[in-house]
Amino acid sequence: MTDGPAPVLAAELVRWSWIGDHLDDIRGDLVQHVELTGLALLFGLLLAFPLALAAVQWPRAYGPILGFTGILFTIPSLALFILLIPFTGLQIQTALIGLTIYTLLILVRNTVEGLRGVDPDVREAAQAMGYTRGRQLFQVELPLALPVIIAGVRIATVTTIGLVTVTALIGWGGLGRLFIEGFTLNFTTPIVVGIVLSALLAFAADLLLVGLQHRLTPWARSGGG
Amino acid sequence: MGGDAVNVVNEVVAWLTDPAQWSGPDGIPVRTLQHLWYSLLATAIAGAIALPIGVYIGHTGRGALVAVNLTNLGRAIPSLGIIILAFTLVGFGLVPVLVALVALAVPPIVTNSYAGVRSVDRDVRDAAEGMGMQGRQVLWQVELPMATPLIMAGVRTSAVQVVATATLAAFVGLGGLGRYLIDGLAQRDLPQVVGGAILVAVLSLLTELALGRVQALVVPRGLAGQGADAAVRAKVEKAA
Repeated sequence: MTDGPAPVLAAELVRWSWIGDHLDDIRGDLVQHVELTGLALLFGLLLAFPLALAAVQWPRAYGPILGFTGILFTIPSLALFILLIPFTGLQIQTALIGLTIYTLLILVRNTVEGLRGVDPDVREAAQAMGYTRGRQLFQVELPLALPVIIAGVRIATVTTIGLVTVTALIGWGGLGRLFIEGFTLNFTTPIVVGIVLSALLAFAADLLLVGLQHRLTPWARSGGG
Repeated sequence: MGGDAVNVVNEVVAWLTDPAQWSGPDGIPVRTLQHLWYSLLATAIAGAIALPIGVYIGHTGRGALVAVNLTNLGRAIPSLGIIILAFTLVGFGLVPVLVALVALAVPPIVTNSYAGVRSVDRDVRDAAEGMGMQGRQVLWQVELPMATPLIMAGVRTSAVQVVATATLAAFVGLGGLGRYLIDGLAQRDLPQVVGGAILVAVLSLLTELALGRVQALVVPRGLAGQGADAAVRAKVEKAA
């Protein structure tokens, strides 16, 4: 490993012409990365929301739900992806199920904390105005809990974008595929491109979610707090 | 790969209980010790770098923005990419993997030790100064003991992440339990892959539990309740 092309590589970390020649591949990886992240978050929210509602409704269930999602969260991602292989093979489901599982801890926790943080006076006022339980949840409590929920979605999104790269080891990976390509070719350019683009994607997604929160909670803008 | 789940379970059990798996340089005990050795080394180096920085920022209040944003930055950088990049630049060895693992472990420790020192009540600090304590005494006798729940939560978060990420070291040729995963994937050997994945998962969970115990021992008795709370708050880091 010490001889061979190493001196050349040290001299140039990024060969721009390679990037120019592989724009289509890179775009494909980026699209796959966004798709895997988006789907994992979508499924994560669909699962986390009922779990969070259950935890708010039955507080005694909250501990076990957090404990279980916490244990899943602790399992290293490559190990979890591999443990799914006997069931789903090397299909995209394996990557998606694993990525979805990792969003649960953060999404459930923040949704519960957000809903619990709603001022009891506000809840009482809604009840006194004759809101049904469902309307109260969707029109009063959820909007007020939104900043905390979106804070969770932001952490889950940035984390998922990083974890997607690990799925390159089971044949997916989005931008993580570029790491494997660089490793195979012993060539830094694809690796650097992969790292930079996935970090940029994380920042862009985070900014987008901040903007979304800003739009969805107009009452929070002028209050400054 | 894929297929009959029941069959796979039998083969995995056979792989895990095969005596040949439990001895020699490729055996599970040696691989586990390697894995723990890389992890311990990386966490210790990260602690030596990150603790002074976090405590300094918390004590002086200078550079607070850095401390707060470091974790976000750390979250956005893919650790597999850093390991492979370091390997491509430096070549085979422990150094590139350590660089990546340390880089991964530093942010949570900086952010949490900063937050720990900062969270010390203003009144408590004033009281310490009113009793005639110097800045250094306030730091060592008041701020640091009171910050231990969060400091330990940060170290625990980092250590658990490092154990998880050390699995990827096998991809660039190092030992550790990741070997079974990477070799098994390359050889399409499902029992080895799944058996290795179970070992890695168990090691991660045991690390989390063991450090929880250490945390309970290290945190001053008067602050015991805050340890659990801090652990919950800090437990949202995942890099691999």
